[in-house]
Amino acid sequence: MAEIIVAQGVGKMYRLGEALAYRVLRERIAELIAAPFRRRGNGPGDEILWALKDVDFTINESEVIGLIGKNGAGKSTLLKILSRITEPTEGRIDLYGKASSLLEVGIGFHPELSGRENIYLNGAILGMSRQEIRGKFDELVEFAEISRFLDTPVKRYSSGMYVRLAFAVAAHLEPDILIVDEVLAVGDAAFQRKCLGKMRSMRSQGRTVILVSHTMPTISSLCQKVIWLDGGRVRAIGPTAAIISQYLNEGVQNDLVWSPRHSSHREFEYHSVSVVAANARDDNQDFFPADAAIDVIYDFTVTETLPAARLFLQLRNELGETLFVSSSADGRGGRITPMTPGRRKMGCRIPGNFLAPGRYSITVNHPFGTYDTIHENIITFTVNEQNSTVPRENPEAKLAPLLEWRDV
Amino acid sequence: MHKVIKPPRGLTNVDFAEMWEYRELLGFLAWRDVVVRYKQTAAGILWAFIRPFITMVIFTVVFGRIAKLPAEGVPYAVLTFTALLPWQFFATAFGETANSVLGNGHMISKIYFPRLILPLASMAVGAADSVVSFLFLFGIMAYYRVMPSPHIWALPLFALLCTVFTIGLGLWFAALYVKYRDVRHLIPFITQFGLYLSPVAFSSTIVPARWRFLYSLNPMVAVIDGMRWSLLGTASLYAPGVAAGCVVSVVLLVTGVIYFKQTERIFADLI
Repeated sequence: MAEIIVAQGVGKMYRLGEALAYRVLRERIAELIAAPFRRRGNGPGDEILWALKDVDFTINESEVIGLIGKNGAGKSTLLKILSRITEPTEGRIDLYGKASSLLEVGIGFHPELSGRENIYLNGAILGMSRQEIRGKFDELVEFAEISRFLDTPVKRYSSGMYVRLAFAVAAHLEPDILIVDEVLAVGDAAFQRKCLGKMRSMRSQGRTVILVSHTMPTISSLCQKVIWLDGGRVRAIGPTAAIISQYLNEGVQNDLVWSPRHSSHREFEYHSVSVVAANARDDNQDFFPADAAIDVIYDFTVTETLPAARLFLQLRNELGETLFVSSSADGRGGRITPMTPGRRKMGCRIPGNFLAPGRYSITVNHPFGTYDTIHENIITFTVNEQNSTVPRENPEAKLAPLLEWRDV
Repeated sequence: MHKVIKPPRGLTNVDFAEMWEYRELLGFLAWRDVVVRYKQTAAGILWAFIRPFITMVIFTVVFGRIAKLPAEGVPYAVLTFTALLPWQFFATAFGETANSVLGNGHMISKIYFPRLILPLASMAVGAADSVVSFLFLFGIMAYYRVMPSPHIWALPLFALLCTVFTIGLGLWFAALYVKYRDVRHLIPFITQFGLYLSPVAFSSTIVPARWRFLYSLNPMVAVIDGMRWSLLGTASLYAPGVAAGCVVSVVLLVTGVIYFKQTERIFADLI
């Protein structure tokens, strides 16, 4: 089989303080004026972080490759370099084919535009020509199951419809190389099966797919080969089953804390999102007992008042099925308290005796003034059988709430 | 098809072939901005007219009636509206262009496309508004019985000059805005004070002769004088001023493209 992607010595360096130091033009100008009078020294801005270092790999035509690793291992950075969103600091990658990337579905969707208009817009953003979209239009609309709402502005769509439409456009891309980030983990179970089916058919059509996922079942069922990134370096490359078992044996692959690598310099900035047991007896817990309440803590700074900002918590199980979505505006009768400037911590408590034993992932939103971005599956944690009220031999059940039973 | 991804070295050229490949995206983004603008405001198209109309009335009363500034032989209302037209285009398109990269930040951090497309597409809103205002301008000219001058052939050239200047300055600010967030406060400052620094509410003939060249370093002076000359046939053009305006605009465009291309590498890291 012919080689289609060859990466040699790829590295990406971030200067952690750099962007922060030059945020304000006024200060930059003052600095330029002061520069001749000051020795060039190591400022606080010279802290260096290699998000990727010495990454080598070769991918052959029509392989489906899984990219795994913990938060901060460099998966997103590698995807961004492969998608040409950001440039590497060193090394080189040769791509022998047309590459398309899907780091998010529905990029460029505008709420005021109709479904039909958004299909064309999103298609163009993904690199499809108008003619190509027109040719696939009917098929695409059927896939998304939205034919009745084609001319309705997407702001009136349910979130399910929105996601189906967004994914439908993406699923009809026909590149030689497809780069996918966690986007399969959207929609309901039935729609996910459809998407997985689509991915399999891409493989059978001889397309090359690179897929990042935290959900090992997805990786196992789709990929022949896995690249395991650890601390910005390639830890192992090889057949899926072998690498995944090695990865899982490494220890519990939980990511209990997430903090963005560099700040976004926007109205809203995350310091971290983390999960802790509500009455933690020791800090260093790998598992949550089934009866323990779990606090999801959002630590963030708001730099200007955000009148309509709210936080979301989306919980998925290991199969990628969404169990619930909760919002900080729930139960307030639609009234949202504006977020005022300052550093804040907010917590969302998932009660004990509610989740069944198993692994879960958390997706949060990043509210900006005008739109939200989504951070998918940034946290994974495990609820174990300890103090469990529901035995595991009931695989039908996705939740294990402790409910009240009494004579009435 | 073979593509190489490697670290950037030196100056980056504009890849015109690639821009051509992405021309449909440019069209779609421009169309999106225009459609959304006119969908969101019920009086969308009317709005493109009301704003300059009210400004025209105020300027005519304050500068024409009260201050009694010279009107170069045309009704004061026509004199100001002719200038408001390029000015509105500049103010709208410059604002949109300057905000185009940060405003589409979610696209920048999620997918690749030639970044230059964003500022170019965002000119469309200003252009669409201008088309509407142009129709009204002809209406106002008809009302005051002002005939278009024989120099009207030069109108597209001054429109081009205005576009070049707007893109050039817009590119600078679009890239600066990503790096320095306080640029946001500078943008309305430029469009508000620029209105009074440019000869919109008055004729540039009232500027003393020895300051005229310095005054003309603002390319909008050449644009507005040119519009008035080609449409209304006002007094002859100040040639050194037009030349200065052209030079400044072209320099801004060329340096703007270079600065934008140099900065776009780190857009995704900064957004």
